[in-house]
Amino acid sequence: MKHTLSVLVENTPGALSRITGLFSGRAFNIESLNVAATLDPTLSHLTLVTRGDEHIIEQIIKQLRRLIDVLKVVDVSEGEFVEREMSLIKVRAEDESRAEILRISDIFRCKIVDVSPKSYTLEVTGPESKLKAVIELLRPIGIKEISRTGNIAMMREKKTI
Amino acid sequence: MAKMTGKEMVLEALKREGVDVIFGFPGGAIIDVYDTLEKDGTIKHVLVRHEQGAAHAADGYARASGKVGVCIATSGPGATNTVTGIATAYLDSIPMVIFTGQVPTALIGNDAFQEVDIVGITRPCTKHNYLVKDVKDLPRVLKEAFYVARSGRPGPVLIDLPKDVQNGKAEFVYPQEIKLRSYNPVIEPHGKQVERAYRLIEKAKRPVIYAGGGIIISNADAELRALAQAMHIPVTMTLMGLGGFPGSHDLSLGMLGMHGTYCANMAMANSDVIIAVGARFDDRVTGKIEAFAPLAKIIHVDIDPTSIQKNVKVDVPIVGDCKRILKKLLDIVKDVGRPDEAWIDQHKAWLEQLDTWKKRHPLTYKMEPGVIKPQNVIERLYEMTKGRAIITTEVGQNQMWTAQFYKFDHTRTLLTSGGLGTMGYGLPAAIGAQMAFPDKLVVDVAGDGSIQMNIQELATAMEQCLPVKIVILNNQFLGMVRQWQELFYDRCYASTEFTMTPDFVKLAEAYGAKGFRATRPEEIDDVLSKGLEAKGLAIMEFAIAREEGVFPMVPAGKATTEMLLV
Ligand SMILES: Cc1cc2nc3c(=O)[nH]c(=O)nc-3n(C[C@H](O)[C@H](O)[C@H](O)COP(=O)(O)OP(=O)(O)OC[C@H]3O[C@@H](n4cnc5c(N)ncnc54)[C@H](O)[C@@H]3O)c2cc1C
Ligand SMILES: Cc1ncc(C[n+]2csc(CCOP(=O)(O)OP(=O)(O)O)c2C)c(N)n1
Ligand SMILES: [Mg+2]
Repeated sequence: MKHTLSVLVENTPGALSRITGLFSGRAFNIESLNVAATLDPTLSHLTLVTRGDEHIIEQIIKQLRRLIDVLKVVDVSEGEFVEREMSLIKVRAEDESRAEILRISDIFRCKIVDVSPKSYTLEVTGPESKLKAVIELLRPIGIKEISRTGNIAMMREKKTI
Repeated sequence: MAKMTGKEMVLEALKREGVDVIFGFPGGAIIDVYDTLEKDGTIKHVLVRHEQGAAHAADGYARASGKVGVCIATSGPGATNTVTGIATAYLDSIPMVIFTGQVPTALIGNDAFQEVDIVGITRPCTKHNYLVKDVKDLPRVLKEAFYVARSGRPGPVLIDLPKDVQNGKAEFVYPQEIKLRSYNPVIEPHGKQVERAYRLIEKAKRPVIYAGGGIIISNADAELRALAQAMHIPVTMTLMGLGGFPGSHDLSLGMLGMHGTYCANMAMANSDVIIAVGARFDDRVTGKIEAFAPLAKIIHVDIDPTSIQKNVKVDVPIVGDCKRILKKLLDIVKDVGRPDEAWIDQHKAWLEQLDTWKKRHPLTYKMEPGVIKPQNVIERLYEMTKGRAIITTEVGQNQMWTAQFYKFDHTRTLLTSGGLGTMGYGLPAAIGAQMAFPDKLVVDVAGDGSIQMNIQELATAMEQCLPVKIVILNNQFLGMVRQWQELFYDRCYASTEFTMTPDFVKLAEAYGAKGFRATRPEEIDDVLSKGLEAKGLAIMEFAIAREEGVFPMVPAGKATTEMLLV
């Protein structure tokens, strides 16, 4: 099962490598990892997507909490939550495919953030399923490069981490 | 406020933390701290002969005394030499603070002379570690390091000190108390959980207490004994738990697991309620996990939530400090006030069954005329030193025979590397223990292989005039590995036989110590008493049966009831 964990951690050098080291050292997997500052500059917020059965997820959460730098770990996928990912996709755009790309972009409410005689760069935001769909449609046209943020997530309603 | 240099802060912190002795080895990147310590003169420094020895000595000091052990090394090779010692302490949850020198901050990352990323290297084998980049942070880091090392589930904490930080100046404000927003170990248990545990125990017909290293770490030996006696529940211990409950007590089943007693393993397999206290269901204890304690409901007391549900399903988890939890349970037992006879009646059949198992297959070995049996040496050592010795061990058969045949009656009297199984641990650990207790008898039970892994520390012990005693069980084999080869690899003794061994008696003499050797059973007592009564350090070498095995033995991956017996 896929789980999305929200982790609040001290913004210190080494904190991130403690977390990734934990995953590699204990043979847990990371599907995606996103790290950024929070409103409090001394803290970082980390969104981590991982897979495993109930037992493994329990161990992952406990092991994360055990790290001295980690303040809080929440499995946001346990309840109602929103999840978003952003991707920049550079796609080959020549002749008739230029119009086709614009159509796809429109349907999925993407933004064209860069244009050149031979390519478009699209910005697409949404849940993973949407990104997948866009990528599948653009693939036959010719994706030159792709860059993804990995998931960020938040619990719904009034809950905060 | 007057400013202080980083090296002075280290000294000041050591004093405030009540550190009286540290173990180490100098070098260019830590020379400044050494200078400050030496000129001040308050903190005793033990100069080892190899930094691994310093780490194990600090660890032995910590295990024997319950205090935080401290060691110190230079950058680069000095720091890497401590790694095995740090990992050893980490796996057995031993409180330690390790100081390492580092190249100046401006050079970090440049492959400077004797630079290694020791913080990176030790990240997975420390509880926490710090690279101090600004001397202003040092007072807080020092305070935090000692706090983190000794609180919750203890462990080693490393502080890497660049040379310019050692010499830089800042105000020294040493926090009186420390509160970390991201680290708050749970000490006080959930009351409801303790009550649930009691209700389960109250109904149990075949209960067992499975006691681990947590009992020793939290100094809960008295509470454990009181509880076991109050409810008439038998106790089995892990290797790390030995001494946490008296080995010679009627309710003791001895050690469980791979080389545990027949009775202890049968007890676990047939129990209906297992009370695990400060133990972590290691694979050496559970054997084949699917077959482990199939009939039992499990109560698991541990301060570290990651230990709970890691390997086995637990029915009543209780997170908190063993000592508090056992006390609470004891309070409930007293409040409920069941008469003693009620407990006895309820467990009578079970205790009788255990007694039958004990008698059916006690720990034993076959005597052979003219040949020294290692188990016999340990039995005699126990008889001659009962209760007054701290025993350290090396790793291998020597360690297992000690665990089986020395009845540890007191807490903190067995210092052994259980989790990492580090050969070469015993001698430096004995040095640390002897520094903590100068008047106690400290004995390292060693194998001929392991002792050679940190043999250089003989010089350290001699220099400090430490009367450490070393019993070498010499089988001219890496015996434990040989035993596996005998049982599971068609007796193909690949690289486990020593065709060359030093003359340990002469070796002792070369260091200015005493050496004694026994080659026949009649000489055991004589050699032991000569060695134990000698004034200073003594090596007692026993030429033991070369292919003696450790039994019972549960082959790796088998159920614990599938024991190979003598
Ligand atoms: C050659 C060899 C053979 C071995 N054979 C055996 C064998 O036959 N049987 C055996 O038992 N072991 C054996 N071992 C040792 C084994 O590898 C493990 O080290 C050992 O079983 C672990 O002991 P433990 O479960 O008590 O855990 P420890 O490693 O002592 O861990 C202590 C536990 O207590 C918890 N704790 C710490 N402080 C507290 C506190 N204040 N309150 C509550 N909980 C606390 C910790 O979180 C941890 O879970 C062998 C080792 C070697 C090298
Ligand atoms: C540093 C290290 N290397 C290798 C091992 C693997 N090992 C475990 S027991 C053992 C044999 C130890 O031999 P010895 O000290 O003579 O003890 P004996 O088993 O013969 O009593 C070995 C090699 C280990 N535990 N530690
Ligand atoms: Mg040997």
